[in-house]
Amino acid sequence: MLHRSHIYGVVAEFPTPHQLIHAVEKTREAGYRRIEAYTPFPVEGLAEALALKRNNVPLITLIGGLTGGLGGFFFQYWVSVIAYPLNIGGRPLNSWPAFIPVTFELTVLGAALSAVFGMLALNGLPRPHHPLFNVKRFVKHATSDRFFLCIEARDPKFSLADSSRFLHGLKATHVSEVEDD
Amino acid sequence: MSIRPPYNSAEDALPVAPVIEPGHTYSSVTDKISAIVLTRPTSLGWVAGFAISFTMVMVLTISLAWLIIKGVGIWGINIPVGWGFAIVNFVWWIGIGHAGTLISAILFLLNQQWRTSINRFAEAMTLFAVACAGIFPLIHTGRPWMAYYMFPYPSTMGLWPQFRSPLIWDVFAVSTYGTVSLLFWFVGLIPDLATLRDRAVKKPMQIIYGMLALGWRGSARHWHRYQSAYLLLAGLATPLVLSVHTVVSFDFAIAIVPGWHTTIFPPYFVAGAIYSGFAMVLTIAIPLRKAYDLEDFITMHHLENMAKVMLATGLIVAYGYFYEYFMSIYSGNKFDLYLTQMRFHGPYSHFYYMLILCNILTPQLLWSRRARTNVALLFGMSLVVNLGMWLERFVIVVISLTRDFMPSAWGRYSATVWDYATFAGTIGLFVMLLFLFVRVMPAISIAEMRELVAETSEEHE
Repeated sequence: MLHRSHIYGVVAEFPTPHQLIHAVEKTREAGYRRIEAYTPFPVEGLAEALALKRNNVPLITLIGGLTGGLGGFFFQYWVSVIAYPLNIGGRPLNSWPAFIPVTFELTVLGAALSAVFGMLALNGLPRPHHPLFNVKRFVKHATSDRFFLCIEARDPKFSLADSSRFLHGLKATHVSEVEDD
Repeated sequence: MSIRPPYNSAEDALPVAPVIEPGHTYSSVTDKISAIVLTRPTSLGWVAGFAISFTMVMVLTISLAWLIIKGVGIWGINIPVGWGFAIVNFVWWIGIGHAGTLISAILFLLNQQWRTSINRFAEAMTLFAVACAGIFPLIHTGRPWMAYYMFPYPSTMGLWPQFRSPLIWDVFAVSTYGTVSLLFWFVGLIPDLATLRDRAVKKPMQIIYGMLALGWRGSARHWHRYQSAYLLLAGLATPLVLSVHTVVSFDFAIAIVPGWHTTIFPPYFVAGAIYSGFAMVLTIAIPLRKAYDLEDFITMHHLENMAKVMLATGLIVAYGYFYEYFMSIYSGNKFDLYLTQMRFHGPYSHFYYMLILCNILTPQLLWSRRARTNVALLFGMSLVVNLGMWLERFVIVVISLTRDFMPSAWGRYSATVWDYATFAGTIGLFVMLLFLFVRVMPAISIAEMRELVAETSEEHE
């Protein structure tokens, strides 16, 4: 038997998304908080069952978009009015309507880059290895056809024997302990 | 007593083909799609197709090398037609890319289930089409090694790009479009790459897919942020795709050349882009579903819907042609009038008549359900529309430039063998990249297909 600090948690396997959601609700009712579900596709209702708060991706995207747009516009202003003014038939140097297409493109570019890299950063990716990959059934099924629920060892209520028994009681088809290496 | 409708619901009136054939489970879609990449042996057809397209890429390499050695004089361009094939091909390719973004972003926002099985390879098609498109303006500059001048960078000369020029807008529009399309495609691929990582048997494959999957493990918190990011990307790509061909049309519309200087250009270019893009998606989807037995996933429902989009955008394009004709008469501008006459009776009138035949008359067959469900006919029609849209850009670029304001400036244009070789070469590049793509990446989004299985099985419960 491994010492508790070598255990990442216990993971239970369910055949359908409904059973997973049900199990998540029961686990939270039992007082577990450090839990995470793993699914092969985004399951509707799972975020609510886990009581996930709104995430920060939209805010990061907004900031990225504003930076791109404002930066883009004022950069063009600086180039055309201050750095390299060209007098073309006495037309205004700050010909702002002509700056709109590039401003728009840079807004979209800034927003899209921050949406993607913000999402990856908040998710802690890339992270090539994770303790759950030590579980053979997880590797085989988590990205294919099974739905997993993991109670992590850092949960104050966690105890290997009790938590495993609890997950078995939720009609999980398999329960495995996850080694932390 | 109320009058009974002749049928109970829309489904009774028109039997609708399903978006996924019944009987599929999470594991069956996973197996079937990942098997194309992981376990299926490379077929003789794939090798032959790859070899042919690779040969064409060699033609492209030779044409580009010769171009760089000799300069743009090897092409048919001269004064007055300085744009020629390079710009025709650029507009054609960039337009084709638009359907991929439309399918992946706009149909996603509109919650159209039928996009699921076609979005992945349509996005790949977008990327490859943008890559082909990008080659042309680059080599058309004549000195492609100086192309970085177009980007604003602090140079010792203190020189900056002219931001009032549509050609600089184009640089920003196309490079942003390429970048965002790549991000969108890659974000969509992450969960599928994880599936491939976990199902790959050979060590090198596990490592390569493992690195590309970034360690994705399907955590609910990850999915939560992932869905936000994906939705936001779709929302950003939607105005972006409309802006790209708008900016491309500004390359023409901002100039004062007869036939170019018109406000209809932005919407008419965008519609034309979607039209040719859907034609290209059909051109790819029909052989793909046949070769890899994907008829369960890319059903008649998809083909028919794409045919309908083609018909609708084709009608918008037809309206654009009519409007151009009408405006030249209504404005009474003699240069515009003369240009219209030249389209019908000038030295390039056969291109114009071919264009009307390909883009307006032939697609009218799509009103008939029989035509929309005839796969061979649909394939032929998609090729016809592709040709027609290429002709449209030829008509716009060449006829206007050969007949501008001063008779002394009139001229003729004919492409040389190097023009054709470069164009054929980019088609080869496009096809080769598609062949590589279906072999190494899942051509259909596995994660989204599982979602579809979950939704359709709930409906039956």
